[in-house]
Amino acid sequence: MALRMWASTTANALKISCATTKASVFSLPRCFSTVLDGLKYAESHEWVKHEGPVATIGITDHAQDHLGEVVFVELPEPGGSVSKGKGFGAVESVKATSDVNSPISGEIVEVNSKLTETPGLINSSPYEGGWMIKVKPGSPSELESLMGPKEYTKFCEEEDASH
Amino acid sequence: RHHSQPAIVPQLHLLQTATAFSRSCSRPPLPSSPAIVPPLPSLPPHPADHSSSLLHQQLGKENPTWNSGSDSKMLIPQTKNIGLPLMNLMRFKGLPILQQLHIEEQLLRTSSENWCIVNDGTNDPTIVIGVSGKPAELLEIESVLDDQVPVIRRFTGGGTVIVDHGTVFVTFICNKEAVPNLQPYPRPIMSWSSSLYSKVFQGIGDFHLRENDYVFGNHKFGGNAQSITKNRWIHHTSFLWDFNVQNMSYLKHPKRAPAYRSARSHLDFICRMKDYMPRSTFMDKTVEATETQFSLRPIQLEAIRTCSEAEFCPSSRFLTNEELDAAAVALQS
Repeated sequence: MALRMWASTTANALKISCATTKASVFSLPRCFSTVLDGLKYAESHEWVKHEGPVATIGITDHAQDHLGEVVFVELPEPGGSVSKGKGFGAVESVKATSDVNSPISGEIVEVNSKLTETPGLINSSPYEGGWMIKVKPGSPSELESLMGPKEYTKFCEEEDASH
Repeated sequence: RHHSQPAIVPQLHLLQTATAFSRSCSRPPLPSSPAIVPPLPSLPPHPADHSSSLLHQQLGKENPTWNSGSDSKMLIPQTKNIGLPLMNLMRFKGLPILQQLHIEEQLLRTSSENWCIVNDGTNDPTIVIGVSGKPAELLEIESVLDDQVPVIRRFTGGGTVIVDHGTVFVTFICNKEAVPNLQPYPRPIMSWSSSLYSKVFQGIGDFHLRENDYVFGNHKFGGNAQSITKNRWIHHTSFLWDFNVQNMSYLKHPKRAPAYRSARSHLDFICRMKDYMPRSTFMDKTVEATETQFSLRPIQLEAIRTCSEAEFCPSSRFLTNEELDAAAVALQS
């Protein structure tokens, strides 16, 4: 248990994704995808970063690792709205389209147009270059019901262990 | 994006409803000329069901029946496999592929039940590209337009196929809890389906899943595609029981191809299932294999409820001539 905690903390601090590439120097267990502090997480594996009036949304390292190489991203138009728990777009990987669901409700103020040309950003940089939409939250209290980093890490471990 | 609230509504023949989806639900208008639209087949008439009872009350009370024309003589016992999750089974013969896709997307998005669909061939040769497919990269557009071959963009991911009466389609639509210990991601789902088909092809032709394709040895005979929502997933396969060599000439060698293809041409890469197994045997064995994990319940076409108030607009559609033309022009420039 102690080794797992150390590995997890180290992964977080180093912000490495230990499950993405076979060439990774760090041979950490597959279930320790990167989970960042300061973000909130949904059970459907999306993250939210709330900074002032805007919340940025994307899919987690755990999700991108399980999905495989992303080859196409379907995004909504700015000006539209999203609802908590409902789909707003999709990613295509390994012959599958997978819905991406919004952790919160609000108005879309910006979408990441770079994902059209470079969908692989979702794999290589799920929390930074691979962000998907920016939203003006309609109900900030919705963020309270999301998971924090530790809770989400445990959620992922339990989900992987049970399958 | 989708209206996903089922409601109790008057019965509609699904053939009519599929047509309504294509023509009247609110979505952005297509460019000027209509797409190449094959004529709808005239399905044998079914007795109208005027019952207002819910779907599950109707089921289990009738002997299983099959679409006319099916050559299967198997009946599925109603009381077998108690304790297994329920799965509705629909069998078609020659259902147009666009209607099949519309039914599938509707069931994925608006049903809470598990479904297996088997469609024994489709009426007219049709090209079907994945959700993100770029026609100019995938198709010999000039030939496609000259020969008026319909092109459909489907709602699932994956590559390009040309389907016709020699294609057998098998689809699974499941709640994410339907298969125990299965994570709703592409690779686990594919692994599950390949284990099911391993039972079908046991001892036959060195069957396995190879980089997301079903192969005998290193020759592909089945292509897969999926769509995964928050709580459900669909995995559908087009099996090349037979194919027309000439039809393959409409397809370009794709940019994204599996490594095991080793740059082989279409005809060197694919094979025919008919060289390994009779058609009806394949469909019967697939149903039998499914029965080891689910309690199957045959459903007739008109038993599927549709909603006339909150319309579900399926996204699979024909590409128009203008779109194909524009794609060809863009590629040249």
